[in-house]
Amino acid sequence: MIELKNVSIVFGQGTVNENKALNNINLKVKEGDFITIIGSNGAGKSTLFNTIAGTYTPTEGQILANGKNVTRDPEYKRAKYIGRIFQNPLLGTAGNMSLEDNMTITHKKGMKWLRRSLNNKSREFFKQELVQLRMGLEHRMKENLVMFSGGQRQALTLLMMVLSKPSLILLDEHTAALDPKNAEIVLELTNKFISDYNLTAMMITHNMSHAIEFGNRLLMMDGGEIIFDIEGEEKKALTVEKLIQKFHELRHKTFENDRTLLAED
Amino acid sequence: MIEGIFVEGLIYGIMVLGVFISFRILDFPDLTVDGSFPLGAALMVQCLLMGMNGWVALLIAFAGGVLAGVITALIHNHLRVPNLLAGILTMTMLYSVNIRILGNRANVPVLNQPTILTQVTEKFTGVIPDEYILLVFFLIVALVVKVLLDLFFRTDLGMTLGAMGNNEQMVISQGVNPKTLKTIGVGLSNGLVAVSGAFAAQYLGFADVGLGQGIIVSGLASVMIGEFLVMKSNRIGVLTFCALAGSVCFYAVMYVGRFYGYLIHMTPSDLNLIKGVLIIILLIMTQAKKLKVPFKVAK
Repeated sequence: MIELKNVSIVFGQGTVNENKALNNINLKVKEGDFITIIGSNGAGKSTLFNTIAGTYTPTEGQILANGKNVTRDPEYKRAKYIGRIFQNPLLGTAGNMSLEDNMTITHKKGMKWLRRSLNNKSREFFKQELVQLRMGLEHRMKENLVMFSGGQRQALTLLMMVLSKPSLILLDEHTAALDPKNAEIVLELTNKFISDYNLTAMMITHNMSHAIEFGNRLLMMDGGEIIFDIEGEEKKALTVEKLIQKFHELRHKTFENDRTLLAED
Repeated sequence: MIEGIFVEGLIYGIMVLGVFISFRILDFPDLTVDGSFPLGAALMVQCLLMGMNGWVALLIAFAGGVLAGVITALIHNHLRVPNLLAGILTMTMLYSVNIRILGNRANVPVLNQPTILTQVTEKFTGVIPDEYILLVFFLIVALVVKVLLDLFFRTDLGMTLGAMGNNEQMVISQGVNPKTLKTIGVGLSNGLVAVSGAFAAQYLGFADVGLGQGIIVSGLASVMIGEFLVMKSNRIGVLTFCALAGSVCFYAVMYVGRFYGYLIHMTPSDLNLIKGVLIIILLIMTQAKKLKVPFKVAK
């Protein structure tokens, strides 16, 4: 699957503002893993995702995808097998285009040519898939997406990404910008899709109990490093208190808990 | 007079469609247009003078325009130059290229050469009243271009181009290289502009390096008038119709200004001022109406 070998990212190298955003990361994502990632602001979680997705090129180290070195591949090339959802629910869809047009574009990855693949057959297929979201979107195929709520657009982005069958999906706090009810719906859908389609996923969250509840593996990041990597039965036995205590043990400082504790259920 | 307004509006309407593609669909404010319009005119006139078939010459003009657009896109993509500056660079270089194409002259007439327009007029004279032949011809040409564009923007590629202007990240996430899309889109846009220039040269009877001066402003004004007049829609067929309708309206205003402007002591050189003021008025009116017509250059 995806493997990071001694990956470091330094911003502003050689200047006074030099900042090591990732420090010698070694990570092996196994097929079928559902990894949750926690860490305070500035821990390097988003940088890690940007590095895996190809937005940033590592200063040092290698990234392997299915054994192939993809360290220097641009983002659009990696996007063919890495699906990604951002915190901003508007980034996954085109607002001034209709639902069916959006689904046509996102249905298959890779360069599009002069075919017209939107027809009654594909419309029918899209409608059937939309039913899974249980939002009634299947009756709004011709509407522009600006008319949809953030939660609906994020759910749609999720569905379309799942349909393109990526080898790895990266969820960067994808429910953080939604209201609590929609966040819950999108999170449930995420969990359902990941298990239904047997996807490999990584999810950044600021909610510790979510991080414990979902997935089979948990990473804790701090200062650009992965300080804690736990999976299986061990992870199941975790509690929020244990996690905070663990952080304190490892780093000899209190967990920066501005958002984390607020998000705790 | 009325047919003259329509003919002019339709000829320039092809250019307006090109401007519409770059500014509105791709969100790529492309100033190459000021150079690719006279490029099309120059290529057309030179090819005709070499005795080439008019339609082949038109194809060459189109190809020239596409090439100009591709160069702008390449400068923008690979040298990381802002799109406005990339367009200005190509436009500036095209000025010299156009003079070269015209054989080191700034203005070359085609008055005695058979052009597409003279051939069409000869063929249909007697069938339709003479003064309407060109009107019908350009109506057909503009409609064909419009319909082809409508079809193109309904293909997967066309839709992805639209999505890129709206949300570049989404296109990247689909595994499509936005650089490729920009090259295709800006190329197509300038190809249309050059075709428009080629027809303009035949209609006017000459090619001039100054033909393109301020054409981008005329194009933008036309696009905005079209958006202002017709109801908002995201259907590509309606949008391209708006662009053509806007062009006819805009050139009608310019026509009136040219022919009756003397009544208020206006000279042709005042037209650029009028164009600019027209755009400003349109912006104020659209803002007053709270209609969302983003003026992308100001971003």
